[in-house]
Amino acid sequence: MATKIKNLDTTKPVMTDLKGQTLVCLRTLTEENPASLATYIKLGGYSALKRIVTEKTKATDIITEVKDSVLRGRGGAGFPTGLKWSFMPRYFDGTKYLVCNTDEGEPGTFKDRDIIRYNPHQLIEGMAIAAYTLGAHVGYNYIHGEIWQDYETFEAALHEAKAAGYLGENLFGTNFCFNLYAVHGYGAYICGEETALIESIEGKKGQPRFKPPFPASYGVFGKPTNVNNTESYTSIPWIMQHGGAAFAELGVPNSGGTKLFSVSGHVEKPGNYEVKMGMPFSELLEMVGGVWKGRKLKAVIPGGPSTAVLPAATIMAATMDYDGLSKVRSSLGAGSLIMMDETTCMVKALHRLSYFFYEESCGQCTPCREGTGWVYRIITRIVNGQGKMEDLDLLTDVSNNISGRTICALGEAAATPVLSFIKHFRPEFEYYIQHGKSMVEPQ
Amino acid sequence: MLSPQAIEKIDYELTKYPADQRQAAVMSALRIVQTERGWLSKESISEVAQYLSMPEIAALEVASFYNMYDLSPVGKYKITVCTNISCMLRDSDEIVSHLQTKLGVGFNEVTADGKFCLKEGECMGACGGAPLMTVNNHAMHEFLTPEKVDEILEALK
Repeated sequence: MATKIKNLDTTKPVMTDLKGQTLVCLRTLTEENPASLATYIKLGGYSALKRIVTEKTKATDIITEVKDSVLRGRGGAGFPTGLKWSFMPRYFDGTKYLVCNTDEGEPGTFKDRDIIRYNPHQLIEGMAIAAYTLGAHVGYNYIHGEIWQDYETFEAALHEAKAAGYLGENLFGTNFCFNLYAVHGYGAYICGEETALIESIEGKKGQPRFKPPFPASYGVFGKPTNVNNTESYTSIPWIMQHGGAAFAELGVPNSGGTKLFSVSGHVEKPGNYEVKMGMPFSELLEMVGGVWKGRKLKAVIPGGPSTAVLPAATIMAATMDYDGLSKVRSSLGAGSLIMMDETTCMVKALHRLSYFFYEESCGQCTPCREGTGWVYRIITRIVNGQGKMEDLDLLTDVSNNISGRTICALGEAAATPVLSFIKHFRPEFEYYIQHGKSMVEPQ
Repeated sequence: MLSPQAIEKIDYELTKYPADQRQAAVMSALRIVQTERGWLSKESISEVAQYLSMPEIAALEVASFYNMYDLSPVGKYKITVCTNISCMLRDSDEIVSHLQTKLGVGFNEVTADGKFCLKEGECMGACGGAPLMTVNNHAMHEFLTPEKVDEILEALK
């Protein structure tokens, strides 16, 4: 397998060493022009879609295959994809919609970006298979506004797929029709929440809806809608080509397949790494070149800031899969590893994260809107040397009162870093409050 | 008045939605008009709302909710630096202070010649390339160093 990708803009990141990786979602990376239709077809692309549509494979058989694959939602929640698909009403008089969530805005998460810019056709094929299975004729891929060049790459791939007869009307001479469109966000983390995303597609501010009803019964324009993450859809063509069991076998029990890990922060080679589920963290750390500048690892946020931070010793003993991380009281999330070396001030790191949640709270629920502001202001006063020891309990109290008291999961996401940072690094917070300065930063 | 070019682009976006859901195109329409005019005035928002047959307040709600829309002038080049955790860990602070010294402005300020505006951004979903920034929302520059920032600014003059 090639170790470097050629012909790619070197000003762009992520040209990671492919050695040791298992490429499913990024399988075109071994080729010279990974994003092109020709490359994808050369690797067997669109053959699963063609077979399914022309042989009129039963939807229930496809759903069974997806269930067998043990594919779980890659956006962070880890909900079994096959089960989610079975929630879509089979018969509905009107349009059903398919939505892809490429709105990565949680710090440290940038895996779907590489799918849409390096392997867009596999996502398109995955969505087309899902559309066939669920009886949806229209789909939207909602893409984070800040990665504009990649939005354009994906939209170009859509035109290419349509011209080649993989999207549009009467595909492969059958009566199956599927039109897929690229739409974009424009700077709102909350739109990664599926009902906020749906509101945004409808041209509204992105405030999450009450659930139930769930999107499967009331989604885009009030119609039944299936929403999955980019990496989930992109796994589908491989599953339909090689079988659900083969996908499940790539991983470990309860976590089928491969997973894209976005690695950022204090490592030698940040970027995306697609590996088998269940890889020991220590092996992954080696793969990314280890901690930069020869320093020691201090802490890791394993799945984006909405998952609990872990001290180095804890995560070094963990495996990278759903169960492996829940055993150490964190979670896999979207697989967004934020690595922090020994020089990192945990108080300042939490300060920055608390600002993010304060800034990105949509303002709909009082506990989140007000609570994230309180948390940010309390940590600000600690950072400014005006903290009081009782602030730590106050932070815990405020966070516990946000969590579980909001319409969407942002409240919980905002509380998790506060609670886990204080739990694991309390002495550092106490030192900062007592001395008015950081325990680790040079003064 | 929306320009014929803007209308053509908005009409393309409208093809993505059912005919009775014109409002769905507002995210794109505001982006298209902002790209053409530099920022979104009350009048621009009102023109977009009218074209999409939606209440003006609903278009304003969208324009003010998403932070890549600018409701005040941002100069010729809006530079948005991500300072979130992954960028912070790779010293986005140094990039910010370099930009502030070089341009002589703080966040949300426009240089006296009207050329540059500096903004602080939230996570852009490209943290592997940290530290990073965007110019006028659509051009992303990654793996920044003060020297690379100088080159980028030079090219914008």
